[in-house]
Amino acid sequence: MGKLQINQNLVTSEHADALMKLCPFGAFSYADGKLDISSACKMCKMCVRKGPAGVVEYVEEDTIGIDKSTWRGICVYVDHTGGKIHRVTYELIGKARELAKVTGHPVIALMIGDGIAGCTERLRHYGVDRIYLYEHAALRDFRIEPYTAVFYDFIEKIKPSSILIGATNLGRQLAPRIAARCRAGLTADCTVLDMKENTDLVQIRPAFGGNIMAQIISTNSRPQFCTVRYKVFPEPKPMEEVGGEIIRMSAEDVDLTSGIEILSSREKPRAVDIAEADVIVAVGRGASGEGIRAMAAELADLLGGVIACSRPLAEGGIMDARHQIGLSGRTVKPKFILCLGISGAVQFAAGMKASDCIVAVNTDRNAPIFDVAHYGIVGDVNEILPQLLAKVKEAQNNV
Amino acid sequence: MNILVCIKQVPGSSNVEVDPVTGVLKRDGASSKMNPYDLYALELALSLCEKWGGEVTTVTMGPPQAKAVILESVCMGASGGTVLSDRKFAGADVLATAYTLSQGIRQLPPFDLIICGKQTTDGDTAQVGAELAEYLGISNISGVLSVDDVRDGKLLVTASLDNNIVEESVKMPCLLSADADINTPRLPSYRIRQSVSEEMVRVISFADFSDQDEKHYGLSGSATQVERIFPPEKNTEKHSITGSAAEQAEGIFSLIRERKLI
Repeated sequence: MGKLQINQNLVTSEHADALMKLCPFGAFSYADGKLDISSACKMCKMCVRKGPAGVVEYVEEDTIGIDKSTWRGICVYVDHTGGKIHRVTYELIGKARELAKVTGHPVIALMIGDGIAGCTERLRHYGVDRIYLYEHAALRDFRIEPYTAVFYDFIEKIKPSSILIGATNLGRQLAPRIAARCRAGLTADCTVLDMKENTDLVQIRPAFGGNIMAQIISTNSRPQFCTVRYKVFPEPKPMEEVGGEIIRMSAEDVDLTSGIEILSSREKPRAVDIAEADVIVAVGRGASGEGIRAMAAELADLLGGVIACSRPLAEGGIMDARHQIGLSGRTVKPKFILCLGISGAVQFAAGMKASDCIVAVNTDRNAPIFDVAHYGIVGDVNEILPQLLAKVKEAQNNV
Repeated sequence: MNILVCIKQVPGSSNVEVDPVTGVLKRDGASSKMNPYDLYALELALSLCEKWGGEVTTVTMGPPQAKAVILESVCMGASGGTVLSDRKFAGADVLATAYTLSQGIRQLPPFDLIICGKQTTDGDTAQVGAELAEYLGISNISGVLSVDDVRDGKLLVTASLDNNIVEESVKMPCLLSADADINTPRLPSYRIRQSVSEEMVRVISFADFSDQDEKHYGLSGSATQVERIFPPEKNTEKHSITGSAAEQAEGIFSLIRERKLI
């Protein structure tokens, strides 16, 4: 790690001007012949690489290296509600097995709860080497302090090198809390994970609303934590063979006290979850009329799918926010998605571009949706959709 | 009740591009605004104080320009706020940001409750709140939909946890992360805006903190490093379906059929 050093003796007003123009974050200021960097600096080091030679230098600081060989294993946190395992867990196990091939590390799972031992059976069909189990009455409901405490106990004893956590509501609370306790790095919402031979986990995630991808590593801290959203990685098929030794961990020596008391927990009213759908018909500003939306909904229904929308329709109150695709909505990965009248701003595309087959209809041939679509149709939804719907209905009637 | 709300100044637009040749980050203009998710947190804090009494103050980490968001929070009803600003904080990841906030908050008057927004629109991680709670050693709950009662030093909270709605009680001091869209944030008051001045914003820096080890802050205190940034890849395999509307409808229909969706 290091810091930026300004060699004031080399600074001229021309240099200062050039640097102020160069810095994407406006962090330079120049007053009384003195150049300064404010806390707007994001350490992109553009000023070192592209600025006037020698004016701004990057000075390395000594860091004490950690011994990476003492950290072994790729761990997946088993996300569950009362023993019902969230499917993101299987997706992460599949990815962990891929990563483990590079380093030869074991794939391990951590499950925390109460009365959950019977729920590990299915996990044992996914090629996990070991399943660590913490069971205690105080762990029945998710409460941040006891869950963090046993997670930390597990890390101290088992020392896994990488930890993959599903970016569910629960995972998004637990991951930062445990990462901070370990003083370790955490990368949210990774879309690509890769492993280096030296056990450094390469984490790629979208930044700035998906306009930029950032590749992130933690070279000098362990464990390496990351969260991954549901449906980002494919779910592996369960295997015939059963594997995975179950290791019971004792929570007796762990402080399980909490400032939180759960008074009641009830299931949310069952709403359509677009993230679960295999087929989606999505409507945008160019297909926001009531008639078109009704047709789109009917088509979705006939195809066994759901209707979804882009941000303008959700924000405009035309459609329910739960149907919204995108960074500020849901991430979807259906087998087939038909995008009608959606321009395809990055914020939308980031939430659906992993779909298997993307078909887009838009009148504007330059619409960014065509950058992510597999099949692009420059045309009018108002003309195409009624004819498509008629064909599907007809085919359905002939079955 | 003393409530502290963590807010952040974010770019007015997330339209940034990477120049593929130079790797330079090109940002669209220099406009900035308060992170929209923080408005729900601030509204929750203000409405709690109206009901149960107390005071709302805000805190942010950022460049000196971040004073603007503190002033905006004052216009909405906060009584004041603090900017944590120092070049030594530059390049901070989640870990270093949360640590810096915890150090700054220790220099402020004691609080009963900290409220954070769900996430920011520039970092998008939704992680700083929980890490901050860890550094302060207090309970935290995310996805908070409402605070229903304040009794015996505890808050009664309704929160969203994946498929469940959870009602829970939590001892103060604690940290809550407000879910999005849980209220309608009030507009800044024009009357207050006439009377605010930059002096209402306190700025504290590294020198004011009790932990004077520079290695715990900014890039040095970060556990993650950005190795490279690059533009997202575009889908290269493309087909277009041309012709009349009828032909295009037929084209989509064959795709549906090929995939056995009907």
